[in-house]
Parts: sequence; structure tokens; C-alpha cells
Amino acid sequence: MTHAIELRDLHKHFGRNEVLKGIDLAVEPGQVVCVIGPSGSGKSTLLRCVNLLEQPTRGKVFVSGVEVTDPDVDIDAIRRHIGMVFQQFNLFPHMTALQNVMIAQQRVLKRGRREAEVVARENLDKVGVGAKCDALPGQLSGGQQQRVAIARALAMNPDLMLFDEPTSALDPELVGDVLTVMRKLAEEGMTMLVVTHEMGFAREVADRVVFMDGGVVVEDGEPAQVIGDPRQERTRAFLHRVLHPEE
Amino acid sequence: MADQPKTAEPARARLSPRKKQQISRGIQYVVLIVALVAVVLYADWGSLAQNFAKPEVAGAALPELFTVALRNTIIYAVGGFIFSFVAGLVLALMRLSQVRPYRWIAIVYIEIFRGLPALLIFLLIVFLPLALPGFEVPFGTYGQGILGLGLVGSAYQAEVFRAGLQAVPKGQTEAARSLGMSATRAQVTVVIPQAVRMVIPPTTNQFVALLKDSSLVLFLGVSGEYVELAKFGNDLASEHANATPIMVAGLTYLLVTIPLGYLASRLEGRKGRNR
Ligand SMILES: Nc1ncnc2c1ncn2[C@@H]1O[C@H](COP(=O)(O)OP(=O)(O)O)[C@@H](O)[C@H]1O
Ligand SMILES: [Mg+2]
Repeated sequence: MTHAIELRDLHKHFGRNEVLKGIDLAVEPGQVVCVIGPSGSGKSTLLRCVNLLEQPTRGKVFVSGVEVTDPDVDIDAIRRHIGMVFQQFNLFPHMTALQNVMIAQQRVLKRGRREAEVVARENLDKVGVGAKCDALPGQLSGGQQQRVAIARALAMNPDLMLFDEPTSALDPELVGDVLTVMRKLAEEGMTMLVVTHEMGFAREVADRVVFMDGGVVVEDGEPAQVIGDPRQERTRAFLHRVLHPEE
Repeated sequence: MADQPKTAEPARARLSPRKKQQISRGIQYVVLIVALVAVVLYADWGSLAQNFAKPEVAGAALPELFTVALRNTIIYAVGGFIFSFVAGLVLALMRLSQVRPYRWIAIVYIEIFRGLPALLIFLLIVFLPLALPGFEVPFGTYGQGILGLGLVGSAYQAEVFRAGLQAVPKGQTEAARSLGMSATRAQVTVVIPQAVRMVIPPTTNQFVALLKDSSLVLFLGVSGEYVELAKFGNDLASEHANATPIMVAGLTYLLVTIPLGYLASRLEGRKGRNR
């Protein structure tokens, strides 16, 4: 069986700074894998190497069996099948919610206006912002913006979704709406690689949790084990800090 | 206790800040009034009015002031503006290109055309047919004027666009690319429209600058149907040996430039509020 995502000995340097120091990781189709770890440990960089927003320095990345790091590959064609959701939403501020979800369908998938609009409305309804079709991103709350961003990615019918701290920029009371949408996606069988600090979500929704620190995978296993009973001292120390921040 | 009046006395004698301010303001008014009185007394009002605001001469400017001169000023300015807008955007994209030679070309162009006096460009345009035998700028003087304004304007507009393009967050391009858009597609659908919106106020100011610089068309040696406001005013002034037509031309510029200036600052303000 081909892996949905496979990273082989992935290295990434920014100048002298070695951010990823040889990562081996595989995500199976339909799996939800949460990546946790301290700030600066290379989680975002890892995620961005999957769709080549960052070019790995060394190592290979495969998505659905296709080597993404092959210089001859059509990266735009591959990215069409990989949805990405950013911490800062990155909606296009000059377009309405509906246009945000339609534009790539029209320009990239060459869908007609009608079809793109139908698909866009379906997906906006699905994430619970169907009533906000004509609003500009600036008129929406953070939680609504992030759900539009998820709809925008889903409208491309991706094979897998990458989430980079999708709730970290949200006011606490808005986090739940976004997590609910993500939980629903997971239940539908979407393959998801999620960087998050939401331990409750990771514990309940993830099939696996990966703990990263200093550019390496320190621990990788069942959520109950990694979060509930970590084997590594570094994991334990990190979780202690996250779960008991006031100490 | 007994010492207190003694220490308070010199404190009162010294000027309070408030008093100082009053005196300073008083002096400023005195200077102004003296200057005004001097101007009123020594200026030859009759002669000034005769030479700069003579109604009959002003009347002679109509209706060509508007039907020919202002119309041409607008043709030169709008033409030069369209040229600068398009070329400026291309130059800005070259300036930010990954391809080094494109960056160099853009930098050299921008530095040269911002560094030279616009007048010099116009003087050179007159000599173009000599330098390039057989070459003729299309649309006659219109073409020459628009070329001169466009060459200069595009260098400035390129810097305006560069600032706008750089102000679009990197996450915008990343979101577009992650949806499968090519680099060019992402620029065209996502980055450039946002950059253009951001630079509307400075671009309005650029248009005002071009409108004023269109007076340099005077140096192209134009005549008849091609004259714009400055040349029109100057010709009529020579004819009547009277400066009134130049004043009238000046007022006509202000008729356009002042409202545009207000528009630019309104747009600037609105942008600030939308943040
Ligand atoms: N574009 C970049 N240029 C230089 N350094 C970067 C860049 N992106 C990330 N880094 C560095 O890489 C390290 C890991 O960053 P990141 O992957 O964002 O960590 P995390 O998402 O786990 O917080 C940090 O030290 C950061 O400063
Ligand atoms: Mg990060």
C-alpha cells in the first residue's frame, strides 16, 4: 500500500540553521496524525516541506507514492491534491468568502462559474459559514475566516489536508467551531496532518501523535500513549509545560 | 514663614511660560502686519492688476482655454499616466524578479529616469528623429509628450508599485500556491490586485505630478492644436504683452490639481480606517 505521505531522511537548513535533522515519517490514507512540540522545533517547516512551500535541503518527500522532491515533477499539479490551512488563515482580502472558495476551482481546475459556485456553497455550508458567502474576510471573525479557509481547501477535492496550528490565532471561544469542523472531516476519512497545541483534539481525534523537538521526531505513537504516558523525558517535560502552564 | 514673600517675589517677576507664549505670538502678529502694510504701500496695485489680472485679456483666453488647452493637458497627462501605470507595473515586477538581469535593468532604468530632470528628457525627445533616422514617434506631438511623461512617470510609478507589491503579505502567495496556482497565476489573481488597491492614493498623487509636468510639452516646440495650458498661456501672454493668461492657465491647473489632492488624502484616510 502506498503511504499518503512519506518523508525519508528529511533535512532542512535555513543558512547555517539546521531546522529539520533527518525526519522519517509516514502517514497512511485516512489517518489523522497530530504533530506537537515546542515552538521553533520545526513543525511548520516539516508541514511546508510536504507541499514544497519549503524546498528540503536533503531527503525525499512522497505524496500518494509520487516523489514531490523530484525536480521534474509538476508541483502545481501535486499541490492541487493537498489542501493547506494556515495559522493566519491567509484568505484573499479583496474577495468575498464565496470568491475565495471559487477562484482556485476556476483558475486551477478550470471549472465553470456555475459549477465552482455550487461547490463553493456546498463547502461553505459544510463548515457552517454558508450565510457569510458575500462577506469580505475583514468582516468575519477569526473562527469564520478559518472555516472559509478550510472550505477553500476542500473545494479542490484534496486527497489530504495539512493544518498548521489552525486555532492558534483564534480567540478561545472560537476555537471550538474550527475543531468541530476538523473533527467532522476526520470522521469522513480525510487524511490529515495537523500541527496543533490542542491536546484534547489530538487525544480524541488523532490516530497517531508525533512529538517533535529540535528538528527530530522524539516520539511517535498512539495518542493515549504519547500524551497520556510518554516514554521520553523530553515529551514528558513538554506536556507538563503545556498542560500545567501556570507552574 | 517670614521668608515666603521674599522667595515668591522673584518668581512672579520672571515670565511664566504662558506669558512668554503670549508675547511671542504678539511679535509674530506685529511682523505680519508690518509686512502687509509694506506690501500694500509699496506695491503698484494698478500696474499689478493691469499685468496679471486684466479682464479683457482673460476673456480673450476663452473658450480655447478649456476646449483646446485644458483638453490637451488632460490628453498628455492621461496618456502619460496610462504609459507609466503599465510600464511602472512591469518595471516593479522586474525589480522584484528572481532573474537577476531583470532586476538590474529595472534598477538602472528607475535610477536614470528619476535622477534626470524631466525637462532634459523632453529636450532629448526633440532630437530622437536625428538619433534614429526614419523613426517617428506615433501621434505627433501627442505621442512625444506622452512618451516623455511616460518615461519619467514610469520610473516613479515603479517604485510606488514595488512598495505595494512588497506590502502584500507572503502568506497570500503561499495560500495561492498551495491551491495549485502557478507563480504567475498567483501574482495576477492574488498579489497584483491587492497591491494596486494599496497604491491608489500615491498613484493619484503621481497623476497630479504628471498633470503639472505636462507643461514641459512647451519645450517640444508645439503649436496650434497641440498646445496645452502652459504653452497656451505663454503664447497668449506674449501676444498681449501681459501676464494675465499665465495666471488664468495657473488657475485652471489648480481647478484640477487641488480636488485630486483632496481625493488622494481622502482615499488615504479611508485606507487607514479599513485597517
Ligand atoms: N523562512 C525561514 N528563514 C529562516 N529561518 C526560518 C524560516 N522559517 C523558519 N525558520 C526557523 O526555523 C526554525 C523552526 O521554525 P518552525 O518550523 O516555524 O517551528 P515551529 O513551527 O515548530 O514553531 C525556527 O528557528 C525558525 O526561526
Ligand atoms: Mg509553526
